[in-house]
Amino acid sequence: MEKTYLQSIIQINEEGYLTDFTQWTKEIGAEIAKEQGIEMTDKHWEVIDYIHDKYKNEEALSIRGIKKSGVINIKEFYELFPGGPLKKATLIAGIPKPKSCI
Amino acid sequence: MKNLVILGAGTSGTMMANHLVSKLPKDEWKITIVDQYKTHYYQPGFLFLPFDIYTTKQVKKNGKKFIPKGVNYIQEKIELIKPEENKVSLENGETLNYDILIVATGTKIAPDETEGMDGPMWHKNIFDFYTYEGAKALRNKLREWEGGKLVIHITEMPIKCPVAPLEFAFLADSFFKNKGMRDKVDITFVTPLDGAFTKPKATEALHYLLEEKGIKEVTDFNIERVDYENNKIIDYADTEVDYDLLVTVPTNMGDALIERSGLGDDLNYIPTNKTTLQTEAHENIFAIGDCTNLPASKAGSVAHFEAEILTENILRYIDGRELKEEFDGHANCFIETGNGKALLIDFNYTTEPVEGTFPFPGVGPLSLLKESRTNHMGKMAFRWIYWNMLIKGVHIPFVSATMSKKGKKLEN
Repeated sequence: MEKTYLQSIIQINEEGYLTDFTQWTKEIGAEIAKEQGIEMTDKHWEVIDYIHDKYKNEEALSIRGIKKSGVINIKEFYELFPGGPLKKATLIAGIPKPKSCI
Repeated sequence: MKNLVILGAGTSGTMMANHLVSKLPKDEWKITIVDQYKTHYYQPGFLFLPFDIYTTKQVKKNGKKFIPKGVNYIQEKIELIKPEENKVSLENGETLNYDILIVATGTKIAPDETEGMDGPMWHKNIFDFYTYEGAKALRNKLREWEGGKLVIHITEMPIKCPVAPLEFAFLADSFFKNKGMRDKVDITFVTPLDGAFTKPKATEALHYLLEEKGIKEVTDFNIERVDYENNKIIDYADTEVDYDLLVTVPTNMGDALIERSGLGDDLNYIPTNKTTLQTEAHENIFAIGDCTNLPASKAGSVAHFEAEILTENILRYIDGRELKEEFDGHANCFIETGNGKALLIDFNYTTEPVEGTFPFPGVGPLSLLKESRTNHMGKMAFRWIYWNMLIKGVHIPFVSATMSKKGKKLEN
């Protein structure tokens, strides 16, 4: 599927997650966040940077990882990304959502 | 004489011993395998034990039976791996030297990672079914349970056999129907992920199962603690789920040995090359099965496919040849859906489970991502295959170590 963000055509899956991370930019991330009702702040971007690091090293994302990240505690993580914080943060970060095998 | 040492005699370690004993020249290599436990468990059977589908005898055997002649089997607890010295020390004070080390120490549940989980109600009304003790205690509970709120819960990913909790929910539905008390049981599936099914094609093909069986879902639930006094689990967003009987999959972690030896990540899993199975830190240490940090499912079938590729890579390493970057994350899993039916899924790192036929393209006899009785028979037959072929390292005909794209309904 395709979707246009800021005049760029972006490849996404059925759930809106980017399927090609190379198409991601900070500006597109901010647009996706807006659709989720989230206005990005420096703290939000710090979390997104941490998530990108994990993704590039092919390390799994988890609430435990967030707890140990030193970037943020879990209560703050929920406040920044209300609802499903890992699900929303990965959506904004342009990487696949955490999933199981089916 | 050179030494190859295998740590752990579970599914992976036993398979490696069987593969290598016939491949390594006996006058040059001594193979040693170490495990502290006497019993080898058929872990997929832990799913069936609580429902009295399998007996305790069907899921355990004496591990020694499966270690081939010509392999030195030591039943002792491992104290430490010393990678800088190429030594392993055992609890009895003995030291083993190795030229090549294969770590196959698996993964364990860690209920003490969650506040209130393994407190006074552990194995009273809070159970796991990932251990023999847990599955057996839960069986005894289910035999006399009169109904109420059954909550099936996943603490955090990754877990061994990610579909087992869902299978447990399906089997519970059948179990209570057969006992004539389904109307007295409320079944809820609680997951940290965004659904019981998380991949678009599987969700589309299989979500009806939850609706049909009346299983409720609570999603995006990241548990903070178990309030065992008031029988509820509470997450970081302060969402509460009440239970009368909690069947949880606690945090899964690699063995404490890995942490003691400084070889693991946050969850004591060993950073391992995902295509060659060589550990990232030490070129003469390889890791297989649940103890690695591979982004593959922690499952016996994955270990089985890894074993074929790791055997080849051990031989290449000995000859000083380049390692084969072949492992693709291949997994092949039967999923019980209750009422004598099952699904089959076949996938790898990059291809999600899709519909199709297996193992023969267009023929089957097994169907992918679809419920059938034949698939259930496959799952039941698998116990025999496990004890008689799989851990003995006998190749299972027509099933390749890497995933085949034939017979699958793939896009593009």
